[in-house]
Amino acid sequence: MTQTVTARMRRVVIEIDNLPIRFWCDSSDFIRLIEERYSGFLSSSNNPISEFEIELTTEDRLGAGSEEVVVNREGEQWLIQRTDFRAQWDFATGQGRVRQVASIYPLDSVLRVLLTLILARKDGFLLHASSVIQNGNAFVFAGKSGAGKTTIVKHAPPDAFLLTDDVSCLIRRRGAFEAVGTPFYCGRGRSGENREAPINTIYLLAHGSENKIEPVQGATAVHGLLENVLFFSRDPELTKLVFETACEFVNHVPVRRLTFVPGASIWDLIR
Amino acid sequence: MKSGLYFARSASVAARRMGVEIIVMSAMDSSLLTLNEIASLIWEAADGLTPLDQIVASTICTRFDVEPHRALLDAEEMVKCLAARGFLKLSDQPIPSHELR
Repeated sequence: MTQTVTARMRRVVIEIDNLPIRFWCDSSDFIRLIEERYSGFLSSSNNPISEFEIELTTEDRLGAGSEEVVVNREGEQWLIQRTDFRAQWDFATGQGRVRQVASIYPLDSVLRVLLTLILARKDGFLLHASSVIQNGNAFVFAGKSGAGKTTIVKHAPPDAFLLTDDVSCLIRRRGAFEAVGTPFYCGRGRSGENREAPINTIYLLAHGSENKIEPVQGATAVHGLLENVLFFSRDPELTKLVFETACEFVNHVPVRRLTFVPGASIWDLIR
Repeated sequence: MKSGLYFARSASVAARRMGVEIIVMSAMDSSLLTLNEIASLIWEAADGLTPLDQIVASTICTRFDVEPHRALLDAEEMVKCLAARGFLKLSDQPIPSHELR
């Protein structure tokens, strides 16, 4: 990495869940764009766990020929690609390089994939879920697009802190699972706060004609959780790690199915 | 009735007991399935060295009120189904552990 970084390059460090990742780019405008997009998650860390050089290009067919992110591994080398970017990353050294169009979306995707790969080896994972902290406890609301993730946190009490309205970062620390704020959102959502808290409950969201909460246990809970885990790689080693972490999660955190009618009253049931 | 069918868990599968059930995931394609109580007992007994008929006789017929012939037929169907999905390896010979890596 140090061989290719030039004096003209500027840098920015994004830190999510105490995992600082440094990006280098020779475009001041793009660095500014990153700083704006991830403003709550910037860090002054000089000890990043990973470092990426960003090369901007106007080419429009950069990798994979797929609209979906494709992740492949060869030893410790990872190739992450989509039509609008192509990234290479060495897990052992933490060094990487991404060639992409001058948009924040490719970088956001690289960051998400990178976190899934790093978290898998740290008893953590990313989940399609919104989450908030209230009274020192995190409440997580899992579901695919349209399940009501954004809606439910929009109605959260005013003293609740938003951790994310789209992608939650869940990690095991000192035997307990915590939810960590992320800057990931989609559409007109907003970035979460850079905070963390032990998880009180995870709710699997479902739309219904009335508000109700039901316990979900055992294998059904693991299914419900894994259906919402973000994991892009088909790597057997990491897939097994994520599976084990999900099972541990279900053994430690209450899982409930939350059927709700959009509105603030649902928060009367959430404790 | 003898089966002569040997079976072992695939190396590319992760499994975890959750109460009386076992949840199994293929590490190759992330597909998931849940085994019921009886299927879970058979899964746990899959060592590649003990034939299915012996497992059914010692693990299933001693705990459940089932007709042995029926139990073996059901167990055969189950292990063949799991093998077709890559969760188990089947053989008419004992399967040494080094063949599963």
